[in-house]
Amino acid sequence: MPRPPSDSSSLLVMRHIVKQFPGVRALDGVDLEVRAGEVHCLLGQNGAGKSTLIKILSGAHEPDEGEVLLGGAPVRLAPPTAAMGHGIATIYQELDLVDGLSVTENIFLGHEPATFGFSRRAEADRATAALLKRLGHGEIRPRAEVGSLSPAHKQIVSMARALSHSARLIIMDEPSAALDHDEVGNLFRVIRDLTSQGVAVIYISHRLEEIREIGDRVTVLKDGRTVAVGLAAKDTPTSRIVALMTGRDVEYAFPPRPARGAHEGRPEVLRVENLTLPGRFADVSFTIRAGEIVGLAGLVGSGRSEIIEAIYGARRPGGRVVLDGRTVRPGSTTRAVRMGMGLAPEERKTQALLLDHSVAHNITLASLSRYTRPRWLGRLDRRAESAEAERLSRALDIRPPDPRRPIRTLSGGNQQKAVLGRWLAEDRKLLLLDEPTRGVDVGARTELYALVRRLADDGIGVLLVSSEVPEVLGLADRVLVIREGRIVHEAPAGDLDEHRVLDLVMVSTAENPSLEGARHD
Amino acid sequence: MTEVDQAAPARPRVKAAGPGGWLGRLGEVRHLGLVAALVLLAIVGLVTRPENFATASNLVSILALASTIGVITVGMTFVIIGGGIDLSVGALMALASVWATTLATQSYGPVVIIVCAVLVGTGAGLLNGILIAYGRMVPFIATLAMMVAGRGLAQRMSDQRTQLVQQDNSMIVSLSTTRVLGLPLLVYVFALVVLLGWLLLNRTTFGRRTYAVGGNPEAARLAGIDVRRHTLMLYALSGLCCGIAAVLIMARTTTGSSTHGDLYELDAIAAVIIGGTLLSGGRGTIIGAILGLLIFTVITNLFILNGLNTADQLIAKGAIIVAAVLLQRRTLKTPT
Repeated sequence: MPRPPSDSSSLLVMRHIVKQFPGVRALDGVDLEVRAGEVHCLLGQNGAGKSTLIKILSGAHEPDEGEVLLGGAPVRLAPPTAAMGHGIATIYQELDLVDGLSVTENIFLGHEPATFGFSRRAEADRATAALLKRLGHGEIRPRAEVGSLSPAHKQIVSMARALSHSARLIIMDEPSAALDHDEVGNLFRVIRDLTSQGVAVIYISHRLEEIREIGDRVTVLKDGRTVAVGLAAKDTPTSRIVALMTGRDVEYAFPPRPARGAHEGRPEVLRVENLTLPGRFADVSFTIRAGEIVGLAGLVGSGRSEIIEAIYGARRPGGRVVLDGRTVRPGSTTRAVRMGMGLAPEERKTQALLLDHSVAHNITLASLSRYTRPRWLGRLDRRAESAEAERLSRALDIRPPDPRRPIRTLSGGNQQKAVLGRWLAEDRKLLLLDEPTRGVDVGARTELYALVRRLADDGIGVLLVSSEVPEVLGLADRVLVIREGRIVHEAPAGDLDEHRVLDLVMVSTAENPSLEGARHD
Repeated sequence: MTEVDQAAPARPRVKAAGPGGWLGRLGEVRHLGLVAALVLLAIVGLVTRPENFATASNLVSILALASTIGVITVGMTFVIIGGGIDLSVGALMALASVWATTLATQSYGPVVIIVCAVLVGTGAGLLNGILIAYGRMVPFIATLAMMVAGRGLAQRMSDQRTQLVQQDNSMIVSLSTTRVLGLPLLVYVFALVVLLGWLLLNRTTFGRRTYAVGGNPEAARLAGIDVRRHTLMLYALSGLCCGIAAVLIMARTTTGSSTHGDLYELDAIAAVIIGGTLLSGGRGTIIGAILGLLIFTVITNLFILNGLNTADQLIAKGAIIVAAVLLQRRTLKTPT
């Protein structure tokens, strides 16, 4: 393994960084070298040490061993204000903006231009406008409340904040996770602008295709060590990168699909008729048969998450949802669950998990009344409960295999397995999966794909939403393409490829006047 | 009702449970700290007032004093773990005590008095719950309104006079005068409420869902839990506890009055917080809250025995709240 050179072009050099936490060596000799003006990608599975490394760079943690050179001189980055002072800014996955404050107030939070404690608002607004313009987003108003901005615009504000600290190095942790295709393109444009001005970017993402597009060089972490430095981002083969990350040669493997038409004649699990929610989606009709995985492909904001919510009873749309022959009255998730639906929501941590609780309690949450004895009293038979949690935990191969552990200590993939497990304690007819592999590393994804297919084989109908087109194409039997709240195409997954789907998803309404109507009803 | 019947004989069994059960929970660091604080206070009592503190009559009076707020604290623990707050408890207890001691109610006899107090408390709690769960009001505001209005209604009903429990209804008062094994009956009522509360919180789906609703309401909703109905029930439960507390205070003071329970809400909230329950919801225990309450009560008792100023007592209580929360923050950080 080549040692990172520390020639004059290196902006940041980290050598043999070690960070020890009680009971775990999070970083065990990490090397990193970043040049001014480059996009340096950091790759590694969950638990490889990326987050710890970021925290060291942002000054939140202090390394136990190793040295950090910035512009050739050794520096100490803790506390965070020191890192900021050195020109290192971090944009976290969960954006740390204050929703109730204006764009300007967020950008200058903590370093407002002020005279005798009176902030000079006009000056700050002007500076904000200049920063936003530099980022190519002059349309964001400095006085706008951040809470009213779209995720993409919030990201721009975060970047403006980084620039307001005159950052030389910006760390972006999964910046594209909340963005749709268009917005990612825009983000990349901004990143290229920044690097052309000499700013270095450390870019973290699970999406290899993005890294190919925006990255210059790649450093791969595995188990707290650097296993490869300075790989060319554009032309290192995927198999090589995956092999480095996992330590084994795995391909992005999807489970085999049943033969086309295998589901015909099986009972209809879900029938959606003319589902309409003004301003969100219109006239959505489709069916899912037992054992079938149907994928919804579309951009963020195309209405796909809203459709899932509407089916699950969280919204009150027009039209009809029929589950297993029975009409679902809208407006209550409790009712939807009782009828046999299950949901793995988009935001695992905030929408699905009780982070303080054990894996077992998270698994049994939706089926608690099954373990009551006697039922009318609601007394929990804790032995039955933990036996069931144990059984599901084993069936889903949740690791570590101890259901009593707090769920927050598990990796994203294992947390997601627990969320799926929640719905398997009772007979489910339909599972709704919204971005099931977000924040899940490559190895665990393969397991999740196999698991979803196994559930379908057991006769459950699955509706899958994902921003990643290859995932929808690889896992689903049938794909519905959604654009601007309408289903514009439906085909067996085998008949589509990524380009075709992206074409369908992104074709503008101007080119296709027949869709014009969808926006106005 | 069978639940009540089963619970009484169940009590010694729970106490006798091995280290894995009830006692094991005491072994948790947080509770150990509270027990240690109680022991420390007891030592202070034994040293400063050796002739008074450890007497049976003093210990009984501590428990009797703790009983009323204790019952309220149990309800408050549920509400706070469920992510809410109930400021109206003191006022609801006063209202229930007044309503139950009006001449009209008293003419029906002691059973009706008790039923009336419990119904008034539960009804007002339900109203709190409706406003919060279905009217989408912030719990702080809704129960603040109930606190003010409840107290006002109590004053209006009683014409701001203290209403005596009449001779015919002395059965109520006997809750405080009749003793079994040296303890007044109302202490048993308190113990029963604590036991039932503990079972409800730790051994039933209702309890588990309370933690879920308080810890992550969105996750609870998407897991199919009816969060609004659950919230409604939490406030009704708190109101029910206020009704029971009203019966106890009538027994102890032989009166119903609109001034009963002044600032009880603060004592109850403080006890819950000292006991390690997060004000943000999702975490906490009944045992901790009761220990917190006992600490408060013993302090009050010590100050009275030593003839100290009540002002100093308030200062000491404030300091204890701060100390308890600071200590808990340290113990909370270490795990996970």
